[in-house]
Amino acid sequence: MSLLKTENINKYFRDPVMFHALKDVSFELQKGEFASIIGKSGCGKSTLLYILSTMDTDYEGNLYFNDELITNKSAEDLAKLRNEHIGFVFQFHYLLPEFSVLENVMFPGLKLGKKSREEVEHDAIEKLRLLEMGEQALKKANRLSGGQKQRVAIARALINNPSIIMGDEPTGNLDSKNSDNVFNIFKDLNESEDLSLLVVTHDMDFANRTHRIIQMGDGKIIG
Amino acid sequence: MNDFSLIFKITRTHLLSRKKQTSIAALGVTFGIGTFIIMMSFMTGLNGLLDGLILNRTPHIQIYNEIEPSEVQPIEMALPEQIHFVQSIKPVTNAAKIYNALPLMEELKRDKRVKGVTSQLSAKIFYAAGAIDLNGIATGIDIEEESRLYNISNYIPNGDYTGLIKEKNSIILGAGITKKLSLRIGDKIQLKNPQGGIFPMKIVAIYQSGLAEVDNMQSYVSRGTAQRLMGVGNNYITNINVKLNDVNQAPAFAKEMTRRFDVNAVDINTANAQFDTGTSIRNLITYAVSVTLLVVAGFGIYNILNMFIYEKMDDIAILKATGFSAGDVSKIFISQAILIGFFGGLLGLIFGFIVSWIISNTPFNTEALPTVDTYPINFNPGYYIFGMIFAMVSTFLAGYLPSRKAKKIDPVEIIRGK
Repeated sequence: MSLLKTENINKYFRDPVMFHALKDVSFELQKGEFASIIGKSGCGKSTLLYILSTMDTDYEGNLYFNDELITNKSAEDLAKLRNEHIGFVFQFHYLLPEFSVLENVMFPGLKLGKKSREEVEHDAIEKLRLLEMGEQALKKANRLSGGQKQRVAIARALINNPSIIMGDEPTGNLDSKNSDNVFNIFKDLNESEDLSLLVVTHDMDFANRTHRIIQMGDGKIIG
Repeated sequence: MNDFSLIFKITRTHLLSRKKQTSIAALGVTFGIGTFIIMMSFMTGLNGLLDGLILNRTPHIQIYNEIEPSEVQPIEMALPEQIHFVQSIKPVTNAAKIYNALPLMEELKRDKRVKGVTSQLSAKIFYAAGAIDLNGIATGIDIEEESRLYNISNYIPNGDYTGLIKEKNSIILGAGITKKLSLRIGDKIQLKNPQGGIFPMKIVAIYQSGLAEVDNMQSYVSRGTAQRLMGVGNNYITNINVKLNDVNQAPAFAKEMTRRFDVNAVDINTANAQFDTGTSIRNLITYAVSVTLLVVAGFGIYNILNMFIYEKMDDIAILKATGFSAGDVSKIFISQAILIGFFGGLLGLIFGFIVSWIISNTPFNTEALPTVDTYPINFNPGYYIFGMIFAMVSTFLAGYLPSRKAKKIDPVEIIRGK
């Protein structure tokens, strides 16, 4: 059963000049798959990921999530979908700097509103422990090191038990020890909780250890 | 936990974790609203004082007999068909007297539109000062009515003006004469009338209008005393002053008087046309200044809040990426703006009130206004209400416009920009 599917996705950047970034991209990601997208800078891999993540809605073609067409859904619905089903990890960890680690992890859960505050807090501490960040829960987010922030971002991505985690160079800013760490966390989640993962990366070591490598070049999937 | 309290928590943390920016933004509102209140209170206070100065002491309608030659000469009545040349026409004597003044006053007092009627007559006199006599005017008035209707007591800083009723042959003497003749309250002064009669008077109070040429001439006596000084009967009255309940009816009422009683009746607008112009220009300046203040304050508020929100673009991207909707994001920023507007505005009201209060207690001594000793301030609650509404509306707009942009933006546009 496919979790994510695209049909003939085309994406153009119009500014400063017309640029055809994605050309008829069609691909499918199965439930429980751990895939990486690789390719040279500017080949469109991040662009594709943003479209798949529903954050970029300015494209042509069809995007399916759980076999449901989500192209042209309202921003409100897409926000709900992201909140519930998609966890996102960025290269620059992107935490809310003024809030504590725990609050950062809790916010998407509180926004979802399916559990009480106490339950969300319990879950958040659970996820932080899983990433060995339980000790830092009450620290302010801007007091953490880069590797720690990245782990908090992963914990945040996990808080609503999503169907998929998407990463945009999640290890791009980390040293090899920390990127190993992140990879192992992803792998464990994939194996123990059957979580799907889709990671854009430059790191060939990282990519080679995933189930499937999607290679992109010049706006197309080439292998 | 519902959406509202989650949004409020984010709002509060944003505001509290950046205390410096928050307080600068709030202070921008505070000073804008504070100066607006101070300016309005002070300027309208001063305008009110100046208006009151003229309006309170000026009758709404003055009735008198104009001294002028008769329009129709007897020969015209006798020989209406003929052409005649009459030269050097003079006014008739005793024309200053209003005929049937007392019944006329009774009639006026019965009118529902009338608040009060006073009568006056002015006697030319001399103040005896040793070898020289000083020119002067003694106006006969009904002091109680004058003080009720025209606040004459404001211009009597020293002495007890009711002495005019209590004691016969008493006088309220002009401040200039008092000084020239080195007199004090309780002293006696001799008045001479043009016929040479001498009248000793007791000084019961000092009159000070602030205008030197008036204070050097003018004194007040009771109406009976003035009639004795002139040697006329008790129905001799030269001026009747009317105060209406509604000053706006004055022109119409004056016209009616002229028609009904065949007298000259002048309304306040005609008598004080220049003053009217002055008032409307002062009001215009007041409103121009306050609108300018509000526009400047409004732009300041918008500017500060705009920066406040643009600094938080990263947070917008994160919140949206993790599932907060566009509406949530704009609610966060609008509620921040409104909170800043509310507390900044509240402080502005307090700030404006305190400064206004200090001004209203600042000594302001001037010869022209003997009873005013501090600066006038108009503590009109309307300015405070308007100031608060303006603070809320302008901060709402200042939060709404950037938040609308934040709402529209795709989170990737911010992330990609890194």
